[in-house]
Amino acid sequence: MIPFDYQRADDADSAVATVTGHPQAQFLGGGTNLVDHMKLGVADPELLVDISRLPLDEVTELDDGGLRIGATVRNSDLAAHPLIRRRYPVLAEALLAGASGQLRNMATTGGNLLQRTRCVYFQDVTMACNKREPGSGCAALEGYTRYHAILGASDGCVAVHPSDMAVAMAALDATVVVLGAAGERRIPLAEFHRLPGSEPQRDTVLEHGELITAVDLPASTPRRQAYRKVRDRASYAFALVSVAAVVKVDAAEGEPCITDARIALGGVAHKPWRASRAEETLSGAAPSVESFRRAAEAELEQADPLGDNGFKIPMVRNTMVAVLADLTGVEPEAVA
Amino acid sequence: MDQNITLYVDGNRRPVTVDTRTTLLDALRDRLDVTSPKKGCDHGQCGACTVLLNGRRVTSCLVLAVAYDGADVTTAAGLGSDDELHPVQQAFLDRDGFQCGYCTPGQICSAVGMMEEAERGSPSHVSANLNDPVELTDEEIRERMSGNLCRCGAYVNIVAAIRQAADPEAEQIRQARAERQRNEPVLREDDAPTSYQVSVSGEEGR
Repeated sequence: MIPFDYQRADDADSAVATVTGHPQAQFLGGGTNLVDHMKLGVADPELLVDISRLPLDEVTELDDGGLRIGATVRNSDLAAHPLIRRRYPVLAEALLAGASGQLRNMATTGGNLLQRTRCVYFQDVTMACNKREPGSGCAALEGYTRYHAILGASDGCVAVHPSDMAVAMAALDATVVVLGAAGERRIPLAEFHRLPGSEPQRDTVLEHGELITAVDLPASTPRRQAYRKVRDRASYAFALVSVAAVVKVDAAEGEPCITDARIALGGVAHKPWRASRAEETLSGAAPSVESFRRAAEAELEQADPLGDNGFKIPMVRNTMVAVLADLTGVEPEAVA
Repeated sequence: MDQNITLYVDGNRRPVTVDTRTTLLDALRDRLDVTSPKKGCDHGQCGACTVLLNGRRVTSCLVLAVAYDGADVTTAAGLGSDDELHPVQQAFLDRDGFQCGYCTPGQICSAVGMMEEAERGSPSHVSANLNDPVELTDEEIRERMSGNLCRCGAYVNIVAAIRQAADPEAEQIRQARAERQRNEPVLREDDAPTSYQVSVSGEEGR
């Protein structure tokens, strides 16, 4: 680890000004990812501006009925918050599916969104990685790709975003509130993370010095919500694939029909993947295993698996069908 | 780049000068001779360094000491005294919840923090209902303790120890029942008169 200066931020504005004015400065939140990267040599900031004690640790109700989650609310506190558990269970479930009890006590909401890929080639400074060192190549393309992307990857990067929380937030149509030197801006969560393209070093659309201050959740969210994560161990492992779904079923006209479906996928792309093709297919459809399977297949037509991760295609399809069946009360017949 | 900080470790005021790069774990072990938390992976994956930081369990290897000036740190060594062990410590002894002991201080701090989280009603990944009070079943204990690895594989007894600490009476009844079952006569293979087929006829006799 290279030597660095440490400052505790007095307020959000001065924290933003300090980091904006120093190209090698970074914000420090819970530190669970950044401190680890500093040990590994993946990150080498010259200045850390600690924002973990700023008064951004509250969950508050918005005037429009939505909810504001402060950027420094810890993952464990967010998962246990009564309003999250009652109104946004998909978010509580996603948070509880991530990391360990200790890490959830440390990790912040803003930091969770900004955590970086767990691609082993990214985390090993002896390997070529366009994300860590632009232009150096991608060792994963010639390596072991079981954990890599099947959607939206580029020739330069096949890494996946590791967050569970962000997948649920994508399905909830959350908005990221960001403070920069020029003031505040609001970014829809689905547009916050990027696909790798030719700039895999950029995980998000944030500019240097911009600080996440909150995540807003909209009011009037359908109550049928679920998060399901498939992984190599029963606990404490990153997703192979995950599905967050928020669904509304209307039965007023007789036959039940899906009037609102929001689905996001984890473990499959460089960002939480909003499954908009599946959503379009489901819109107006009667809930059935067949319609769920058609929706999943519509989404997965664009999948482009690598050498070791073709299994993710049926795994996403089956998980999506199972989650939707569960949410709509459809008998989940054996899925091929 | 040194900074002066003060930690309150197991009830003792401990001023210390640390390089900004120093983790809480290294500050405790190398600077303050508090060696109860252990360094395992040093990447937050094994849980051996778990302490209670301002009352909450964290992996101290991922915490920068400078960021916690003024904080309360409780290690496993500070949970009880030689005369009176903490109930979780006593339960690990009673239930033989360790073999080599390296992960034990982290397991114990994690268990204490976890039981407090459960007491507050915090749900887990395996909770059937997010809003119900928490009952620390074996499944709940295993899920909530998944951030603490034990290379000796003492998990069965670690779960039993935490079960005992969480509900001593229920565990006492459970152990008494298990003891009775162990003492019941069992038909062994070498007791069988003629053929193995007689003695391996099913699970009921065991």
